[in-house]
Amino acid sequence: MLEAMLTALSDLLTVQHLIYMVVGVVIGLSVGIFPGLGGIAGLSLLLPFIYGMDPTSALAMLIGLVAVIPTSDTFASVLMGIPGSSASQATVLDGFPMSRDGHAARALSAAFASSLFGGLLGAAILTGFVLIARPLILLFTSAELFMLSVFGLSMVGVLAGRSLAKGLGACGLGLVLGSVGGAPATGEFRMIFNTDYLYDGVPLVIVGLGLFAVPEIVDLLRRDQAISSEGGLGAGWLDGLRDWWKNIFLSLRCAGLGTIIGAIPGLGGSVVDWLAYGHAMQSEKNTENFGKGDVRGVIAPESANNAKEGGGLLPTLMFGIPGSGSMAVFLGGMVLIGIEPGPSMVTTNLNITYTIIWSLALANVIGAGLCIVLSQPIARLTTIPFPQLAPFMIAVISFAAFQATRSLADLVALLVVGVIGVFMRRFGWPRPALLIGFVLAAQSETYLYQAVQFYGWEFILRPGCLILLAFIVVSVWYGMRNRVDDSAGSELRSDIDELPSTGMGGVRTRLPQILFALFAAAIFLAAFLDSLQHSFLGKVFPMIMALAGLAAVTLLLVQLWTKDNRHNVSQDTEVLGEYANDPEAGSLWAGLLWITFLVALSALIGFFMAMVIFFVVFLIFRARVGPLRVVLLTAGAAAFVLILANALNLRFPDGLLQAYTRLPWPFG
Amino acid sequence: MSISNFTRRTALALGAVGITLSTALPGAAQDVSFEGETIEWLIPFSAGGGSDTWARFLAPFLTKHLPGNPSVQVVNEPGGGSTKGANLFAARAEPDGLTILGTSGSTQFPYLLGDPRVRYDYADWTVVMATPTGGVVYTTPNTGVESADQIGKLEGQDLIYASQGATSLDLVPLLGFRLMGLDVRHVFGFQGRGDGRLAFERGEVNIDYQTSSAYLQNVQPLVDEGIAIPLFSWGALDDDGNIVRDPTFPDMPSYVEAYEMVNGEPPSGEEFEAYKAFFVAGFPAQKMTFLPEGTDQSIIDAYKQAFVDIQADPEFQETKGATIGDYQLATGDAAQTLYEQGTRVRPEVRQSVVDLLTSEYDVTLD
Repeated sequence: MLEAMLTALSDLLTVQHLIYMVVGVVIGLSVGIFPGLGGIAGLSLLLPFIYGMDPTSALAMLIGLVAVIPTSDTFASVLMGIPGSSASQATVLDGFPMSRDGHAARALSAAFASSLFGGLLGAAILTGFVLIARPLILLFTSAELFMLSVFGLSMVGVLAGRSLAKGLGACGLGLVLGSVGGAPATGEFRMIFNTDYLYDGVPLVIVGLGLFAVPEIVDLLRRDQAISSEGGLGAGWLDGLRDWWKNIFLSLRCAGLGTIIGAIPGLGGSVVDWLAYGHAMQSEKNTENFGKGDVRGVIAPESANNAKEGGGLLPTLMFGIPGSGSMAVFLGGMVLIGIEPGPSMVTTNLNITYTIIWSLALANVIGAGLCIVLSQPIARLTTIPFPQLAPFMIAVISFAAFQATRSLADLVALLVVGVIGVFMRRFGWPRPALLIGFVLAAQSETYLYQAVQFYGWEFILRPGCLILLAFIVVSVWYGMRNRVDDSAGSELRSDIDELPSTGMGGVRTRLPQILFALFAAAIFLAAFLDSLQHSFLGKVFPMIMALAGLAAVTLLLVQLWTKDNRHNVSQDTEVLGEYANDPEAGSLWAGLLWITFLVALSALIGFFMAMVIFFVVFLIFRARVGPLRVVLLTAGAAAFVLILANALNLRFPDGLLQAYTRLPWPFG
Repeated sequence: MSISNFTRRTALALGAVGITLSTALPGAAQDVSFEGETIEWLIPFSAGGGSDTWARFLAPFLTKHLPGNPSVQVVNEPGGGSTKGANLFAARAEPDGLTILGTSGSTQFPYLLGDPRVRYDYADWTVVMATPTGGVVYTTPNTGVESADQIGKLEGQDLIYASQGATSLDLVPLLGFRLMGLDVRHVFGFQGRGDGRLAFERGEVNIDYQTSSAYLQNVQPLVDEGIAIPLFSWGALDDDGNIVRDPTFPDMPSYVEAYEMVNGEPPSGEEFEAYKAFFVAGFPAQKMTFLPEGTDQSIIDAYKQAFVDIQADPEFQETKGATIGDYQLATGDAAQTLYEQGTRVRPEVRQSVVDLLTSEYDVTLD
């Protein structure tokens, strides 16, 4: 083993291999910066060049890319509130408020330090465990995987925000949304409403962007400021490093968690950040600032998401089972250079395994180093007046959204989820709870069905399940104990007591919120009615989830009807909260209308031309910049999108126009 | 559009004359040139999957052997279990030889079953190459079976199989086990054959199959340890369309032989016809490459010749192991035969499969 490690190291440390690794790292960082583009897109860029390369160089390049994606995707999450990839959605929760408070550089350097530490720890664990991991991985059967999904769902307790009824309702919406598409047990298509798009379910990237990015863009457009309200970058990157060092044990725990979750095949990378975030909220003291810009909310998910890549290599290398989308492409790359993963990776091919592990560690160091150097200049984005940044952000999220299935329907789905996200933000429905439900819906349903098929209901008595059950109980208990249940207090309007609060007057004050709760109830009802037409195995999961969601919303409606305006359940930023007596703020609808404009125009004339027109119109009428700037900014954005699309072999979504005429790329 | 008017006119003239002479005129292909062009190889699956890797491996060879050495780009259009990409090809590909489609069993099955999402028709396209694959079925010694010839012991036993879904490629084992008379419970919702193999290693299922390369890499070690017992290979197709032993596993009985061991006579009848249609679409004709409707014969010939040349390329033969295994590309008439057998099914046979899926597995296809 030692010999294999040393051979691998000396093999890797040649100039040629290092150059290839740096190429991989640089491409990985550049791709990772763009929201929606992750390991899959990056690796696909490299695959055409892989054939015929020597294996060590090729592996160094591929791993270099995979390793740093969760490092650089932090930029979008922290600076713009756009989840950089599904692995850094949780980073948005505290990272973006820190940027808005003018602490962008600090948040970034804390994130990169955590990423580096997580990546190195993942590689270290991999080094030790690779030889004995096989039996450990086999311990996790469908039964244990189901319990792990429930463990994930138990995090809703801490992520529910101020109102538990809204938290459960949001989680229920996620579970129902997550069961759209083929049923795992029978393949029946549920809730597809005769739409081709819904057969595959709603893509995760759309849900992430719609819930987090769209509401932030809409919110920022209401005030004509820069993202950073201070206008500056605030404390520098040394503070961020100090923040990380102060929380090194949190970072250590989350990195360990990330490695383990990554190593278990079947759970997928997209819950890792939420589990880490939830863990931080459960285990840390003084959690009232989580969600408002607590640096620990950045450190936890960022430590976990880099560590996850190390863990994810275990099932990929030893069983040939990719733990995530990017690992699937990596696996394809390995086959192209003639390496077939399997048990031989810890026997005859052990030196290849160690080449991969060392590359992982080294790439993390190079990647985090480059990001820390870049964080100060890139953080300046947050000081640009937002109206000039907004069209770029809207174009970027649209571009990211149609990576999902490369069709116009992606943009429509983004808009629909975005509207829901905007109102969830307004009424204090916790968006993380929806996302957790969404990510875990398919897994919990599949694994429960499989566990019952294989073991009967006694599966719950398996030792592994009992241990996990204990974890779940502890998690729920901590969650309830640490629930942030302080009164809405500071964010309420000053003249709140002058509004009618109880009786029918109060109900009228809270009417918008009641309507939204009724809208949620309608979704649950639709899901319930749809489930009736399916076979038992096809309907049982969505039916139960829809009924549970209905129960939560009913409770919420009762509270909205009977409680007063100061109760937590009544949060409404427009009527009772921050925007209520703010005549300067623009309309909630303005941002949504701009996005609708782009989507509708795309439906007519295709995305590329629509984007150009959108830029011109937005810059002239909303940002009100001079003609020269209009031309420069529009041309810059168009060139940029073209280069990216060309590199990714991407065809832009077609509109009505393209259905009648054939136009040359990029217009058709 | 780089084919100059001159060569195009020549090609058309040759095409007109050449319908009867085409075999006598192997030079016809030389008049097509893709010089300076980029060919898009549409793969209706995501990057990194089996079909993607297959196309990416072949792409440089296509560049090398097509006239004019065009660059060949693999374009992934995943979605709808590969129906989305195939629909796109059917609706938009121009017959200029610059867009080609790579399909897999997952594209053939919805077509054969009459999935409502299918808006493509294999009959419109021209096949230029097919790549076969194979698979080996194995069980655990806990069933009492110690070697392939004891497969009869499985009769009457409660067998469990980890399936990706009744309409996926796992329809072949579903129909095959059933026809053979084995009592197999299919547990659905697995994400791939690798996922199913993991369930086997965890002891959750007791019968499984892996495609050839995965079998050699991941199951052979289990066989050596005595944890897995190989039963039979799905088999390959000979020139007359009979199921014979897989060349990769010459010592292993084929499905037909195994059937005979269990039932005493070779399989026949409508149920076997149904099994065989999906078997061919899923294994011997699993991956195929097509040109769109209306493509000029000279372009078709250029592609066919390129794949013949790839087959003869020593570099190809030397490096194909990891992606294609011991199989050979089917070109020319052989590809045509596989295409015909793998994309056509009599309506009443199709209906019998659809009825079976509906009554036993709650699958609805409309």
